[in-house]
Amino acid sequence: MTGEDTRHLPLEDLHQAAGARFGAFAGWSMPLTYPPGVMKEHLHTREHAGLFDISHMKLFEVDGPGAAALLNLACPLDAGALEISQSKYTFFLNEAAGIIDDLIVTRLGDGRFMVVANAGNAIEDEKHLRALATDFDARVSPLDRVFLAIQGPDAWAALARAGIETGSLLFMHGIEPRQNWFMSRSGYTGEDGFEVGLPEKDARDLVSSLLKDERVQWIGLAARDSLRLEAGLCLHGQDLTPGIDPASAGLMWAIPKEVRQGHFIGADALRSILERGPSQKRVGLKPDGRQPVRAGAALVDAHGNPAGHVTSGGFGPSTGHPVAMGYVNAALAKAGTKLFADVRGTKVPIDVTSLPFTPHRYRKG
Amino acid sequence: MAKTYFTPDHEWLRVEGGVATVGITDYAQEQLGDLVFVELPEIGRKLAKGDTAVVVESVKAASDVYAPVDGEITEANGSLSADPSLVNSAATGDGWLWKMKLSNESQLDSLMDEAAYKAHIG
Repeated sequence: MTGEDTRHLPLEDLHQAAGARFGAFAGWSMPLTYPPGVMKEHLHTREHAGLFDISHMKLFEVDGPGAAALLNLACPLDAGALEISQSKYTFFLNEAAGIIDDLIVTRLGDGRFMVVANAGNAIEDEKHLRALATDFDARVSPLDRVFLAIQGPDAWAALARAGIETGSLLFMHGIEPRQNWFMSRSGYTGEDGFEVGLPEKDARDLVSSLLKDERVQWIGLAARDSLRLEAGLCLHGQDLTPGIDPASAGLMWAIPKEVRQGHFIGADALRSILERGPSQKRVGLKPDGRQPVRAGAALVDAHGNPAGHVTSGGFGPSTGHPVAMGYVNAALAKAGTKLFADVRGTKVPIDVTSLPFTPHRYRKG
Repeated sequence: MAKTYFTPDHEWLRVEGGVATVGITDYAQEQLGDLVFVELPEIGRKLAKGDTAVVVESVKAASDVYAPVDGEITEANGSLSADPSLVNSAATGDGWLWKMKLSNESQLDSLMDEAAYKAHIG
């Protein structure tokens, strides 16, 4: 990606004024850290409230009498069974049941849904969904919104003080509180929190109110990554790819039992993977000692045989030790299995462990 | 009398009696962010200019620190094993990385002094 192709956030001037250090991610120039630095930003989010600009992510509205049927084909989902305002974590799958992207679908009305997709896949997702939509009475509309996440135990109180009542909204539910706003109780940090898509002008007002609250701080992409990794959440492009299916990724909880028997793209391939069992599985990995083990590191068993590889790895500021996840041969996926990671030629002992590393604190009811 | 030199790769060397204490500059630690691990070199290891001497790891990434000149490692800063954040808080002091006995002091002539380094980072 050359400099000219790099996309800039609508609120970039605010990040610059806040002293952000920028870096490229998925074709966007993104704030990676602010002056407090990744460690403090991470801990602040877990203790108070972090404000993230995630406008690189894409919101699509899918509407029309055939909207639910379209989503039921594109995703392993029963969109019509969602209650209004209910959200569901799901995927676009390819014919081999590989994950094209992971998404959150929220039902806004009878024939109206909001789809939140990853930045790196937004163009591909839109093309894919539009191509499928030609067979349905449904429209796919990419929305031009600023997208903010407010995450942490003080998120709801900070929003309330800023004049945004989150009321009875529970985890994995989304509403349209104002015109051209979409707000869901969700996020990617493991903490309680909200994601709000809104027009730029409204976003500037909201940011300005939120930042008057000392509990709220801008948090960069670096801490977003360490927060989601501690929370055991997958990053598409690393932990999930079009070569990985939901069974190997340990994400079958996202596909209701009835749906697994039904018709969606990748259904036959997924059923056959489930029948024979996935050959590799996604696991949490805890390196011994303090040395981080990063994405790409090869894993071997006690005899030096190939065991898998690391897909995300770094340091967990809240856990105080390195954290990682990756894929291992199914027979080695049991928590407690002792493996070794190759870090620049050194064999670092690493234990298969359950996820998440830090407990989720979602507000479910 | 100790003299301090700087490299374009954002390292500093304080040379006294043929031995250089080496670390990264304040500018470099700011770029890297919070360090969580420093892979220290073995004592006695012989390095040529440009060899990776130390790996510093931040929350996000691992970065190599190169030997700025030829020499032999005589000491590594063991206190970084317990507290790698010393590199952030005191990059040019307690956060030094290693000491090396120089084998070719004339290589120092190609390095920068503090004024030239400041101009280099702008």
